Amino acid sequence: MHDALTRAGRALRVVTVITLALLFLIPFYLLVRNGLATEREITAPGWTFFPHELQWSHLTEVFRDPDLPLGRALLNSTLIAVSTTLGTVVLASLAGYGLARIPYRHAPVVFYAVLGTLMVPAAVTFVPSFVLVSSLGWISSLRGLVIPTLFSAFACFIFRQYFLGFPRELEDAARVDGLGYWRTYWRIVVPNARPVFAAVATIVFIGAWNAFLWPLVIGQDQEAWTVQVALSTFTTAQNLNLHELFVAAAVSIAPLVVVFLLLQRYIVAGVERSGIDD
Amino acid sequence: MTTGGTEEAVTDVPAPRAAAGPEAAPRSPGTRWLGPQRRNLWFWVFVGPFAIGLGLFTYVPLVWSVYLSFFDAHNTVSPSGSDFVGLGNYTAMLSDPAFLGSLGTFALFTVFIVPATYALSLALALMVNRLRFAQAFFRSVFFLPTACSYVVASVIWKLSVFNGVRFGLANTVLGWFGTDQTAWLSTTHPPWYWLVIVTVRLWLQAGFYMILFLAGLQRISPQLYEAAAMDGARPGWQVFRHITFPQLRATSVAVVLLLVINAFQAFDEFYNLLSDARGYPPYARPPLVYLYYTALGQDQNLGLGSAGAVILALIIAVATVVQARWFGLGRKEE
Repeated sequence: MHDALTRAGRALRVVTVITLALLFLIPFYLLVRNGLATEREITAPGWTFFPHELQWSHLTEVFRDPDLPLGRALLNSTLIAVSTTLGTVVLASLAGYGLARIPYRHAPVVFYAVLGTLMVPAAVTFVPSFVLVSSLGWISSLRGLVIPTLFSAFACFIFRQYFLGFPRELEDAARVDGLGYWRTYWRIVVPNARPVFAAVATIVFIGAWNAFLWPLVIGQDQEAWTVQVALSTFTTAQNLNLHELFVAAAVSIAPLVVVFLLLQRYIVAGVERSGIDD
Repeated sequence: MTTGGTEEAVTDVPAPRAAAGPEAAPRSPGTRWLGPQRRNLWFWVFVGPFAIGLGLFTYVPLVWSVYLSFFDAHNTVSPSGSDFVGLGNYTAMLSDPAFLGSLGTFALFTVFIVPATYALSLALALMVNRLRFAQAFFRSVFFLPTACSYVVASVIWKLSVFNGVRFGLANTVLGWFGTDQTAWLSTTHPPWYWLVIVTVRLWLQAGFYMILFLAGLQRISPQLYEAAAMDGARPGWQVFRHITFPQLRATSVAVVLLLVINAFQAFDEFYNLLSDARGYPPYARPPLVYLYYTALGQDQNLGLGSAGAVILALIIAVATVVQARWFGLGRKEE
């Protein structure tokens, strides 16, 4: 009797998990399904789950539409995401290491100044930041889109927490061998801290690729659109070409899904070790 | 959040300042500034670039925003002295029903999204944690939407799932049961648009918080469960209530804090779901959407927008401190 109940409970749990997993996957399916279906099949009154014939030509067609500069937008997004990731990782890891390991009288003040900015979400400062960037003449430029976003207090905090827990023995050995802070950092610390670099880089890359408000505000000219801004502009346009929009959206998440599936374990480890719940 | 390293840094200060006068200390002024082994210099080599950038792109905009908020700054970022309006922008903002309404929208959104995400992500974590097969697969499936942008998710939600016409998935499924078609995004009585807004965020973020809960679950000592079994606690609800849930307290606090902060920044899905070629509807404007239209819309009223941003920043700062106090964050027992 008891066994039967346990087994029923387990079966129920498995069914629930599978149902939820299908619900979570449906939006991805719809994205691909609508991208490869004909316009008429997307809007047909008798909506079907599977399109009759897959229109692979949509994939090339979408890059030729002059109203939706997808190629350019993808290039912009790639440049922005890669440079934001590299810049953030270098700047935040150096700062995190300095805060964690170099004894300096005023280090706590600097640390609290960094922590304080976590309390003011970046999105709330978009008006004054826009003001600053426009007064620098950086509107619609790569500089304006990247440089202000490079100083992530969150990334700095994660690196600091990680380096605090880093075994000191390795560094002490390096110091005995006569290495200074700089060479200790590059030769000993960085090679031994790859997981945290991978985790932060992945999180920053995803954030930069998916960012919307800042590129919308700063990337005003069509040449400076990121893929998110291009898609958004397209959804609010009058003449909506549905299948193109869905193909473009699918193309825009494809690189990220690949990055995500490959580096997932680093993200998970990074989130788990970030110390945000300690 | 631990601050272990900072105490260490404090105690490691070489000498009190009073003893470091030119006569008292044999060290040269250079050593005094640079510290032993030029530590101070190295500190700034490591931290300097980041600190300067943070100052320039976070603190300067904040201060500039406060300055600008006292001026009638239309279409300009450097107002002349004659446009000074004192607290005029603040009183205008705080008596503007649209701005106050945006705060109300945020409050309502928080009331919906925080408990919903909390419950769903905790449930997902509990289920995935107990799976005996394909655990990694299911974790990936629930985590995958984290890689999706709000813009893309809004495209799917707006134009496929919750489309107002027959070809929308929701209307197709409801049609099987003979229900009438609903114009999800434009129906305000009852507020069906709310269902669209809440579900899109739920789908995008539940997996991320599930990971936090999974990490929390794995830190719970198995001995606690053994002890509970010895005491005759029935597996399931009793164990969850008396062991699992209390042990997840730290994780829960972090999750709720993050959820509230993220809800405050809601912009992407509201903007992408609700605005179209005709503009943005008068309902469901959270603070950032409202500020976006005030400061960067046709009017370009940057003074008013800055006042709104300052008010928001203050509200967030106060809310964060109050929450942290309330949950006893930082008073962590070692």
